[in-house]
Amino acid sequence: MSKLFPKSANKLPLQIIILVFIVGSLVAAGTTYYATNSYTNVGYAPVQPVPFSHALHAGQLGIDCRYCHVGVDKSAVSSVPAAQTCMNCHNQVKPDSPLLQVVRDSYASGDPVPWVKIHQAPDYVYFNHSVHIARGVSCVECHGKVNEMDVVSQDKPLSMGFCLDCHREPEKFVRDPKLVTNLDWKHPGGAAGQLEDGKKFVHDWNINPPKSCSGCHR
Amino acid sequence: MASHANTSAAQPAILNEVNPTPFPRATLVENNRSFGWVTDKICGIIEGKTPTWWWVCFILACCVASFTVVGIIYLVSTGVGVWGHANPVNWAWDIVNFVFWIGIGHAGTLISAILCLLRQKWRTSINRAAEAMTIFAVVCAGIFPVFHVGRVWFAWYLFPIPNSNAIWQNYRSPLEWDVFAVSTYGTVSVLFWYVGLLPDLAILRDRFFKAGNKVRSFCYGFFALGWRGSNRHWSNYEMAYLILAGISTPLVLSVHTIVSFDFAVSLLPGWHTTIFPPYFVAGAIFSGFGMVLTLMLPLRAIYGMQDLITQYHIDCMCKIVLATGTIVGYAYGMEFFIAWYGANPNEGFAFINRAFGHYAWAYWIMISCNVITPQFFWFKKVRENTALVWILSIFVNVGMWFERFVIIVTSLARDFLPSSWGYYSPSIVEIFTFFGTFGVFSVLFLLFIRFLPVMPMAEIKSVMPQADVHGKDHH
Repeated sequence: MSKLFPKSANKLPLQIIILVFIVGSLVAAGTTYYATNSYTNVGYAPVQPVPFSHALHAGQLGIDCRYCHVGVDKSAVSSVPAAQTCMNCHNQVKPDSPLLQVVRDSYASGDPVPWVKIHQAPDYVYFNHSVHIARGVSCVECHGKVNEMDVVSQDKPLSMGFCLDCHREPEKFVRDPKLVTNLDWKHPGGAAGQLEDGKKFVHDWNINPPKSCSGCHR
Repeated sequence: MASHANTSAAQPAILNEVNPTPFPRATLVENNRSFGWVTDKICGIIEGKTPTWWWVCFILACCVASFTVVGIIYLVSTGVGVWGHANPVNWAWDIVNFVFWIGIGHAGTLISAILCLLRQKWRTSINRAAEAMTIFAVVCAGIFPVFHVGRVWFAWYLFPIPNSNAIWQNYRSPLEWDVFAVSTYGTVSVLFWYVGLLPDLAILRDRFFKAGNKVRSFCYGFFALGWRGSNRHWSNYEMAYLILAGISTPLVLSVHTIVSFDFAVSLLPGWHTTIFPPYFVAGAIFSGFGMVLTLMLPLRAIYGMQDLITQYHIDCMCKIVLATGTIVGYAYGMEFFIAWYGANPNEGFAFINRAFGHYAWAYWIMISCNVITPQFFWFKKVRENTALVWILSIFVNVGMWFERFVIIVTSLARDFLPSSWGYYSPSIVEIFTFFGTFGVFSVLFLLFIRFLPVMPMAEIKSVMPQADVHGKDHH
């Protein structure tokens, strides 16, 4: 068959196998890196209408998360503050700053400041803030160190795998509920200490996070 | 050959005294045809001009196949609700059609694997087309479970691929076993078919090369993988074929066993029975041979292949249909017996409801087609009447579709809660989608008979009288 195929055709099967292997590996690696939430969502930092710095307010000034996000520990959703909350201080502090014009307009008209939502749970996911706060899951576990962010960005993938990591091993994450808004807190005993206390909390408070489909996809 | 010499030397002397009646084997290729005739006959189908009937059938088949394509596009763009499923009948035509098509494939695997290991030489004339039928049937079968999930873009959840949802398959579910059973079955069937094709593709490559058709020669040559017919090639080929036959043999039994587990492992009366695996396997082989007859008899008539598919071949296939059909009939009876003997009122009700309830019409179509039809094959006169055999084979196909319908729908429509009882009727989309799969199957099969050798030339030659160079003269 040398008239029909060159001699190099003998190497073709091996070459095809190697090519399939290489392309397959690249597709698998590419999908894992580029097509999962860690790449597509983490780092999402839209431009907000007001250049509000969490690093200044929550970090330097030490304002508790719940001063603005009222009701996060009692309700399913974490509220975004009305302009009234801002004006509590800003009618005294920098009352004429041009950067705060949007807030003052909102305060006068009653129309909300058009903040851009960053952490978006899909419609088919049931998520309740209060139950997590009440059982000592800190804000930092899902939102990252917001107290160090000048511009807030999504810090964690918030994929289903991310949720299940904690639902399957809550003892690695739960802490004293008094400390949930202390974003810098780490267990003084390190990982071993966290695990020891975590197991105690899981047992004492009967923490049994749902792991079945209908727990979150109701 | 050495083995021949050994046998004749070891023959006990008593044989000469008792003089047993010679029991002649049926000739598998009639009219004393030569090797060259077989090659010319089978390659001639591919080399000749495309016949008009082929174009007519092909265009017709494409039109029919478009029903499936349109039906599925409509389903995907609208939602799975376009099918007639509603509580309590959430499995209906989709699963009926899936089991129907998967069952048909089993004859191909049985012919290629079990009959190969049992050295049933009559398999050679029909195995290639039957294996093609298996693959195309698996293609048609696969459409239904994939699209009945509704959001077909998540169908990859069926396979154990690591994902950012951190979820994994439930290996306790027979539906998951089914995924592996069917995908293994499809893969092994394609491999078996392809390995068997290698020598024949090389024949076509050489013939087209000699005729000066470089393009077609290149195409066949590419897939012939450099086959030269050397002793080493044949030795490797025979070993590969034997290994694949060994792998396929359990598949004949396992695939439909696992399909039956989809039902038997549940707790629904009428489904939860231990007889399901053997009963499903027998039914699958029954329906598969029905389909082989449906396909091979017209092929034989159109291409004048009476010398290659002889009356003996048809007899053998009819007898398998008769045997498996009788097993199926026995299973129907035994289901009723156990429903009574088991003294479970739910089970008893399920079966009385099957035969005399709202779906009695389907049940009695099933009984007539599956239990009565094959009994005609007891008669030689029937087996020799090719047209009648073909008509009876159609009844077998119809009956086996109704068997799956009866099993799936009657049990679901009358589940444990009388308040939720219902009556299921298919929607027009469901009907069209199923109708179209016959077009998909025909398109693939027509392409197969046009471009690939419908019979394994090399294997047929090995079972011809000419292959036995010493004839009956045992030396």
